[in-house]
Amino acid sequence: MTMELDKADETGTAVARTPPKRKLNKEWATAFGFIALAVALLVLAPAVLSDFRLSLLGRFVCYAIVAVGIGLAWGRGGMLTLGQGVFFGLGAYAMAMHLKLADAGADGVPDFMKLYGSGQVPGWWEPFRSPVFTVIAIVAVPALVAFGLGAAVFRRRVRGAYFAILSQALAAAFAILLIGQQASIGGTNGLNGFRSFFGFNLYDPVNKRMLFYIAASVLLVMVLVVWQLYRSRYGELLVAVRDQEERVRFLGYDPANVKIVAYVVAAAMAGIAGALFVPIVGIISPASVGVVPSIAFLIGVAIGGRSTLFGPVVGAIAVAWAQTSLSEAFPSFWTYFQGAMFVLVVAFLPKGFASVGAFRKRKEAKA
Amino acid sequence: MEALFGQLFAGLSLGSVLLLAALGLALTFGQMGVINMAHGEFMMAGAYTAYVVQGAVSDAGVSLLLSIPLGFLVGGVLGLVLEMTLIRRMYHRPLDTLLVTWGVALILQQVARDIFGAPNVDVKAPSWLSGSVDLGVAQVPASRLFILVLAVVAVGGLSLVLARTALGRRVRGVVQNRDLAETVGISTRATDKLTFFIGSGLAGVAGVALTLLGSTGPTLGTNYIVDAFLVVVAGGIGQIKGTVIAAFGLGLLQATFEYSTTASLAKVAVFVVIVVFLQIRPQGIFSIRTRSLA
Repeated sequence: MTMELDKADETGTAVARTPPKRKLNKEWATAFGFIALAVALLVLAPAVLSDFRLSLLGRFVCYAIVAVGIGLAWGRGGMLTLGQGVFFGLGAYAMAMHLKLADAGADGVPDFMKLYGSGQVPGWWEPFRSPVFTVIAIVAVPALVAFGLGAAVFRRRVRGAYFAILSQALAAAFAILLIGQQASIGGTNGLNGFRSFFGFNLYDPVNKRMLFYIAASVLLVMVLVVWQLYRSRYGELLVAVRDQEERVRFLGYDPANVKIVAYVVAAAMAGIAGALFVPIVGIISPASVGVVPSIAFLIGVAIGGRSTLFGPVVGAIAVAWAQTSLSEAFPSFWTYFQGAMFVLVVAFLPKGFASVGAFRKRKEAKA
Repeated sequence: MEALFGQLFAGLSLGSVLLLAALGLALTFGQMGVINMAHGEFMMAGAYTAYVVQGAVSDAGVSLLLSIPLGFLVGGVLGLVLEMTLIRRMYHRPLDTLLVTWGVALILQQVARDIFGAPNVDVKAPSWLSGSVDLGVAQVPASRLFILVLAVVAVGGLSLVLARTALGRRVRGVVQNRDLAETVGISTRATDKLTFFIGSGLAGVAGVALTLLGSTGPTLGTNYIVDAFLVVVAGGIGQIKGTVIAAFGLGLLQATFEYSTTASLAKVAVFVVIVVFLQIRPQGIFSIRTRSLA
C-alpha cells in the first residue's frame, strides 16, 4: 500500500541517500522556512490584520497545531487517525471547565449548572479549579487516552484501516457521550460565555491579541519539536515503520512503541490546540469534536503535503481561511468544493501541493 | 418475562438494522478491502428512492415493495460508477480510498440537500406495517419485524449467491488469491465491478428499510456508517457469518446497556467492548487464514 508513496517519497527516504552537501542545504532551507513562518505569524499578521481577523487567524492557528500532529502520525507514521477531534475536545473541555469555574460567582457553581443541573458541582470538576492541574490535564489527559488506545491497538498489530475505523468510532462515541451529559458538561450547547483567561479579561482587545501571540508561539514550538523528531533517528524509524513495518520488526525494533510515541505526541498537540481554541473562539461544543470535524482536520494536511514539515501548517490555515470566506457567501458551493478537494488531492496528488514542484522537476529530468 | 423478550427483540431489531447497513460493507470492505465511506450515502440514496417512488405510486404497500429492488438498483449503480471512476485507481492505497470516498460522501450529501432540501422528508409506512404483531411472548412493532425478516432474507440471498453460483465462486476465488484467480481465467476487473455493484445495492436496500423507522435526511448515512464499519471489523473480514454474529451481538449488547444505563453511555460501553474484544481476537470473530504478513 505504501509502495508508491515509498518510491516517490523524497522527504522520508532521501535523507540517507542524498550527499551531505545537499542535506546541509536542505537543513538551511527548512531553517529559512521556519524563520519565514515565524515572521509571518508574529510580525506580519499582527501588523496588517484587524483585531477581528487576527482572532480568526488565531483559530486557524489552533487547527494548524492539530495538523502538525496529524502530519507526524499520518504523514510520517502512516496512522490514519480519524479521531483527533477527541483529543482536541479533551484539551478544550479541560480548559473550558477551568474557565467556567474561574468565572463562577461566590458560590463557585458555573451558570449553566444552575440552569440545567442540580446546582451542585460534580466531584470530577473540582480538580479543575486549580490552574496548574488544568494545564497538566490539557496535555496529560489526551496523551493518556491516546496511550491507552494506542497500546491496546498497536500491540495487537491492529493497523491500517482497522485503526482508522476504531479511531473514528472513538470520535463518534466521545461526541455522543458529551451530548448526553447536559447537566454536567453542557450537552449539545457545550461550554461557552467565558469572561476571563487566567485572570485576564477576555473582552479586552489587548488580551485577545495576546492570545493570538500565545497560539502562534505554541504553533512554532510544535513545528520545532516535530522538525527535531523528523531529523532524529526516531524520525527515520517512524518512516521505516510506515513503509515496511515487518522489516523493522525483523530488525529487532518494536514497531508498536514507535507508533505509540507518534500517536501520543499527536494527541497531546491536539489537546493543546483545543485548550487554546477555547479562549480564542469562546465556545466548545460536541459539534467541533465529533466524526465530521475530525475528518475535516485531515483535508488541510492532505492538501499541504502530509509528510512535509510545513505542508500541514500551510494547508490547514489555507483551508480554514477558504472555508470562512467561501462558506458564508456560498454554503452549498463550499461543501462541493470540500468534497472535490478530498477526491482530487488524495486521488491524484497524494503528497499534496507540496509535491507539485517535485513532480515538475521529475518530468523535466525525464524529458 | 415480557420485559425480557421485549428487550431481546429490541436488541435483535437493532442488530437487523446494523446487519442491513453492514452487509454491503462486508462485501466491499470485507471481501475487496475497499473502505467506502460513501456507503452511508448509498443508503441515503436508497431512502430517497423510496421517497420518490412513493410520490409516483400512491399505494404505500406497493411503493415499498417496488422501492426495495429500485433502491438496490440506485445504490448499485452509484457504487458501480464510483468503482469505475475512482476506486479502481486506488486498490493499492486503502487508507486514501477512505478519504476519497469521504469526499464523495460530502458531495452526495450536498446533492441530496440541493434536490430534496435540507429538512427531513417522511415516507409513509403501509398500513399493514403500522400496527404491532403479537408473537405470543411479546408485542412487537410490525415494521421492525419486517426489517428483521428483510435482513434475514438479504443474508440468505447473499450467502446463497456466494456459495452456489458461478459469480459467488469467482468472488471467493478473487478474495482468496487474486493472482491465482486471474491465472485460471477469471476476469478480476469484472468480478470487482460486480461485487461492488451488489455491495452498494445492499446499501440501497438498507436505506429503503430505514425509511420505516424514521424520517429521511441528507445525513442519514453518517449516522450508520461508523457502526456499520465497527460491525464488519468485529465480525472479521472475508466471511458473512462473522458480520451476522457481530451485528446481532452488538445490537443485543447496545440494547442491554441502554436498558441499564443511558443510550449515550451504552454507545461508549459498546466501543470499549469492541476494543477489548479486538485484544483477544485482533482478526475479528472469523477470518480467512492466510500466510501473508499484511
